[in-house]
Amino acid sequence: MDTTTGRKSSGPVIRTSALTRTFTRGKQTVEAVRGLDLEVHDGELVALLGPNGAGKSTTLRMLTTLIAPTSGTAEVAGFDVVRDQRAVRQSIGYVGQGNAAAHQQRGRDEVVSQARAHGLSRSEANRQADELLETFDLTEHAMRPVSTLSGGQRRRLDVAIGLVHQPRLMFLDEPSTGLDPQNRVNLQEQVRRLNRDLGTTIVLTTHYLEEADAIADRVIVIDHGLVIADDTATALKAGLGDLVSLGFARPQDASAAAARAERLDGASVTTTGTSVDIRVPHGRDLAPSLVTDLASTGTPAQRIEVVSATLDDVFLHLTGRSLRESNQTSTDSTTDEGEAA
Amino acid sequence: MTTIEASPARATEMAAGPESRRRTPGFVADTWNVMTRELKPMLREPASILFAMVQPLVFLALFAPLLPDVGTGSALQWFVPGIIAMTALMGASMTGSNLTLEMNTGSHERLLVSPLRRSALLVGRALKEVVPVLAQGILIVAVVTPFSFDLHPVGVIVGLAIIATFAVGVGSLSFALALVSKGQDWIFWTVQQTLIFPVLLLAGVLLPIDDGAPGWLRFLGDLNPLAYIVEAERALFAGTFPAGTVLAGIGAAVGVAALGLVVGLRTMSRAD
Repeated sequence: MDTTTGRKSSGPVIRTSALTRTFTRGKQTVEAVRGLDLEVHDGELVALLGPNGAGKSTTLRMLTTLIAPTSGTAEVAGFDVVRDQRAVRQSIGYVGQGNAAAHQQRGRDEVVSQARAHGLSRSEANRQADELLETFDLTEHAMRPVSTLSGGQRRRLDVAIGLVHQPRLMFLDEPSTGLDPQNRVNLQEQVRRLNRDLGTTIVLTTHYLEEADAIADRVIVIDHGLVIADDTATALKAGLGDLVSLGFARPQDASAAAARAERLDGASVTTTGTSVDIRVPHGRDLAPSLVTDLASTGTPAQRIEVVSATLDDVFLHLTGRSLRESNQTSTDSTTDEGEAA
Repeated sequence: MTTIEASPARATEMAAGPESRRRTPGFVADTWNVMTRELKPMLREPASILFAMVQPLVFLALFAPLLPDVGTGSALQWFVPGIIAMTALMGASMTGSNLTLEMNTGSHERLLVSPLRRSALLVGRALKEVVPVLAQGILIVAVVTPFSFDLHPVGVIVGLAIIATFAVGVGSLSFALALVSKGQDWIFWTVQQTLIFPVLLLAGVLLPIDDGAPGWLRFLGDLNPLAYIVEAERALFAGTFPAGTVLAGIGAAVGVAALGLVVGLRTMSRAD
């Protein structure tokens, strides 16, 4: 499909084998990424999800040639990330955690410079810059110093700069961190369109569950440098099942109901006083018949609540920790990672 | 915020592989890209050059009048070359702070992931120092010429070329310092400020280091490349071309440029 970069149309766009990165801080050695085996195929939209310090960004930084792996190998667009750094850099688009445009520059100048770095002719670079600035609604801000732009405008400029050479493969590191909800949704929409309409393969990192859930076809959950789950968000949640909570008049009704619920396929049941929590695949579909069944056996439920699994439930199930809480308690681990990098 | 449109025309273009029409830029093209990028903020706001002029003008207005005329000419004639050297040293040594800023805001990282060569990222930045040095040098000469300063164009041109070469080296060292400081502003400024004044004073920019100076001070001055450059500048700006002095100045400037580029390039490739 693409003769100049030597990329084959078949085979994965990203392939890593036992990819490992350790950081040494003082006498401590931290394994940020531990033996990652990963394949991403053309046209996929993949989210690397995990708490701060899980190794998402370190993985991305290895794939984009910013840091070298301690051991293991990675091929991006058919090129080795250590031996063929320039070829990798020519083949990918990158939106980092910071701003792509320097704050003392004018946005348009930065877009043009990036295009020229990728070998676009002067006229092509200018045309492409104007087109992208228009697309991202930045035309009227293009000649203002970047430092005077709003956070949302700067983030759009980052994405525009990452797209200037029309890469087939795009990496985005925490693209929506620091954006207000409105801008976050807009950005997600653009990323989705880029993938759907232009077929660009996208790998992004996020610690927002909602974001991974909303935009990615495939969610790779990373914790402590290891992949702990890799599937579609739907499959991950379905695998865990829905939570059906029932309330009863008396504790003995609750225990009787719990006993019946235990018979459901794949159910895990916990009883607390008069309430019974049943985690079961397809719980939403099973709940009505369960309620009828309980009524007919003389232990009618007085209250019912069905909650679909969220990715946070999946994360909690896999790690024993809530991702939301992990994000709150370990906010300094990313800075550690960044400095060590 | 609008959305990304995938017009049929664009989709076809994508499928054809836009890379096929592109030529991979070489080292010179990369360096030119980096250099012009660095100059863009100055180009967009030419007045920024004038801000850097405030300091030398203050020295010219408030310090030069205190100096006695020397045997060969006016105090201004003696003082101006030193002030131009000082402005170049100040500007070029501070230039790394821009890189520190870019390391902190993220644009440096973006450049590292781009296909631009690491060497071009350093050399392009260093070469850019030539432009403010020439602009400021010309402005200072223009300002003082109506006063007791005799303009010797050939000497001034050769003198500015020497200073510009020196600035490339100092700029390179400043970028190396920014890289080593890993974006920590205070480290950069502490080292820069600690080094800048000894270099300046030991070059005899403000007051000459003459025979009356203590031996150890003269010894330290003899080790300072800027001292040779300033001496050459004074001869050249006075319209004289004493071969030994001028060659020593050129040698010092080329030496600093070479050292700066070597240190800068090594730091850049190690910072990877």
